[in-house]
Amino acid sequence: MAKRPSILRSSLALGAAVGVFGMSFGVLAASADVPVPMACAMSLFVFTGATQFAAVSVVASGGSPLSAVVSGLLLGLRHTGYGLALDRTLPRSPRRRLLAAQFLLDESAAMALAQADPEDGRRAFWTAGLAVFGFWNAGTLVGALFGSVLGDPATLGLDAVFPAAFLALLVPLVRTGDGRLAAATGALIGMILVPLLAAGLPIVLAAAGAIPAAVVRRRARRRHHDP
Amino acid sequence: MTWPAVLALAVGSYALRAIGLVALRGRRVPAFVEDVLTLLPAALFGALIVVSTVGGDRALVLDARVAGLAAAGVAVWRRAGFVVVVIAAAGATAAVRAVS
Repeated sequence: MAKRPSILRSSLALGAAVGVFGMSFGVLAASADVPVPMACAMSLFVFTGATQFAAVSVVASGGSPLSAVVSGLLLGLRHTGYGLALDRTLPRSPRRRLLAAQFLLDESAAMALAQADPEDGRRAFWTAGLAVFGFWNAGTLVGALFGSVLGDPATLGLDAVFPAAFLALLVPLVRTGDGRLAAATGALIGMILVPLLAAGLPIVLAAAGAIPAAVVRRRARRRHHDP
Repeated sequence: MTWPAVLALAVGSYALRAIGLVALRGRRVPAFVEDVLTLLPAALFGALIVVSTVGGDRALVLDARVAGLAAAGVAVWRRAGFVVVVIAAAGATAAVRAVS
C-alpha cells in the first residue's frame, strides 16, 4: 500500500502546476473577450483545460460557437477512454460513479492508474481530482481578473500563447510513433483546410488524423501477438 | 464565446466522462475504438498548433506568432515548465511586433 502522504504530496504538486495553467487560461480567456464570470463557469463546469483552451481559441480565431463546442468535445472524448481504463479501480456503485465522472481528468486518471492497489487507486483518484479542481478554479479566477486589466492582447503577444499552450499539451503525447503520426496528420489536415473552410471546421475535421495512427497501432499489436 | 456554448460544453464534457464510467461499466469496447479515443488529442493538438500559429481569415498567414511558436519550441526542448513556455511565446511575439 502506498503511503498516504505521498499520494497527497504528489496531488498537491500536480494541483499547483495546474493552478498556473488555470491562470493562463484565465488571462487568455480575458484577452479573447470572455467575461470573468463566463471563464469561471467554464472552469467549474466544463473543467478540462484542453477543451476550454480549444473552444476559446476557435472562437478567438473567428470560428462559430458550434465549431468551438465540437472541437472542445472531440478533445473530451479521451475521458471516455479513461473511464473504461478505470473500470476496475473505481467503486461499482453507479451513484458514486456519476459523482466521480466530474473529477475524471488526465491527472486523476494517471494518478489512479499508477497505483498497484485498487484502494490506493481510488484514493489517488479523489485526492488528485479534488486538488486539481481547487487549484484550477482559483487559478482561472486570478488569471481572468488579471487578464481583464492587462493592455492590448496583440501588443503583449498573448495570441501566441494559444499555440504555445497546445505545444506544451502535445509534448507528452508524441513520445510514441503513433502519437507523432496522429499529431502530424492532424497538423497537415488543419493546414490544408484553413484556406478552404470557415474557421473552426479545420480543427473538427483534423480529428480524422487519429485514424491512420490507430490503424498503425492495431497492426503493431497484431504483429506482437503473431507467433 | 456564448453562454449556450458554455452550457453545451459543460453537459457534453460531463456526458463523455459518464459514458465510460457508468454506461459502459464492465463492458468491453473494441481495441480500435479505444485507440482512436486515446490518439484524438494528439491529432487535435497538432491541428490547433498549426491553425493558431498560421491561421488567418481563410488563408495561411505568416506573422509574429511564428516567432512565438519557435520560442515555445526552444523552451519545450530545454524542458522548461509551462509558465516559461507560455511567457517565451508571448515575449517573442511581442518583441517581433514591437520592432516591425
